[in-house]
Amino acid sequence: MIELKDVRKNFGSLEVLKGVSLSVQKGEVLSVIGGSGSGKSTMLMCINGLEPIQGGQILVDGTDVHARGTDLNKLRQKIGIVFQQWNAFPHLTVLENVMLAPRKVLGKSKREAEEIAVKQLTHVGLGEKLKVYPSKLSGGQQQRMAIARALAMSPDYMLFDEVTSALDPQLVGEVLDTLKMLSEEGMTMILVTHEIRFARDVSDRVAFFHKGLIHEIGVPEQVIGRPQKPETIDFLKSVL
Amino acid sequence: MLNYTFHWRPAFNALPDMLWGALVSLQIAVLSMVIGVVLAVFLALGRQSDNKFLYGFSTGWVELARNTPALFQIYMTYFGLGSFGIHLDSYVALLAGIAFNNAGYLAETFRGGLRAIPHTQTRAARSLGMTAPQAFRLIVLPQMFRIVFYPMTNQMVWALLMTSLGVTVGLNTDLTGVTQDLNVRTFRTFEFFAIAAVIYYLLAKLITLSSRLFAWRLFRY
Repeated sequence: MIELKDVRKNFGSLEVLKGVSLSVQKGEVLSVIGGSGSGKSTMLMCINGLEPIQGGQILVDGTDVHARGTDLNKLRQKIGIVFQQWNAFPHLTVLENVMLAPRKVLGKSKREAEEIAVKQLTHVGLGEKLKVYPSKLSGGQQQRMAIARALAMSPDYMLFDEVTSALDPQLVGEVLDTLKMLSEEGMTMILVTHEIRFARDVSDRVAFFHKGLIHEIGVPEQVIGRPQKPETIDFLKSVL
Repeated sequence: MLNYTFHWRPAFNALPDMLWGALVSLQIAVLSMVIGVVLAVFLALGRQSDNKFLYGFSTGWVELARNTPALFQIYMTYFGLGSFGIHLDSYVALLAGIAFNNAGYLAETFRGGLRAIPHTQTRAARSLGMTAPQAFRLIVLPQMFRIVFYPMTNQMVWALLMTSLGVTVGLNTDLTGVTQDLNVRTFRTFEFFAIAAVIYYLLAKLITLSSRLFAWRLFRY
């Protein structure tokens, strides 16, 4: 379970998160929607400790992410994250990109790591691109590789940070299909997204972020279908 | 004015000795680069460090190496250290001096290379559970070496040419040292140094060409 308790985060004098509380159960898919700069992406960075927080607490399976003694490298092994900019490692082939962390972080043998990588890459439809360098892939393919790379660590949770925002429109579909597949397999996911229809389709719950706070949260039929707050209604009107 | 008669035969007879000398020069250049590259990685990191001592130490090194004559740097490792009772032989002193110089120049090149790599690469590596040193070694460094590869090649040529300064600290086994010995014995100054210059030129070209080949093999992406 991922639990956020009154989480506060600021960049200098700019308050980005102003007391966010939230919990995500095992197997749940939560989509986070909201305008740019509302703090959605920052929240994901805080959950796996890539960004420090200034107040509150984040617990992942009971472990306090931002406590002094927490081994973040260990914790991150069970929280996969995929970024808007897919961040392929350009000097490694597709296969090597996915094999690297299982080998160096989990200490798997070369053969084991390769097995895992081939399995995950085939899973996201890149089984034919193993020996290719990322520069030869389309954006959608690179993003699917990044998903396979995170999955190769067999995480318990997956965080997706606007993973389709930087893609050409015709490439969005293939990445969304991959996400949908993961949700059907029961992966616990937090999905920051601008794809409202998609969020409605795959999520168990949807949270609407506004000015550093969760403004409205609930099942998709409610938050997207029958929003209660005027800010939510305005936002949905502007994007749908 | 033009009554100097060329005598190439003694010079060509000495060619094998000179080529052995060239090998020594090349060896010093290669070793000084290996040492210089390793030191430069740490200096480049030190230049970005928040630790005042590390920053000061590496900045001092870079400033001295880049803004004083290479000849003085070699004098310092030979005569300078000698006056503190640390006596290095000519070969070691020359190697240390050139490595010092290489490290200073390369540190700045590397610093530029590191800045060209997006911070998101490190972030992606850390998000997979890699430690900071792992992310640096496995993700950042290999990309940096590609960016700085050609400037590094230039430094290697420069290192080779700097080895000729060894003659000033009594080295007589490298190409310049051997040539100088021959010159003193025969006074065929023009012939010997002309041949030595051609050998230096060919070695420098060899370095440039082989590094191109090397890069072509190494950087497939």
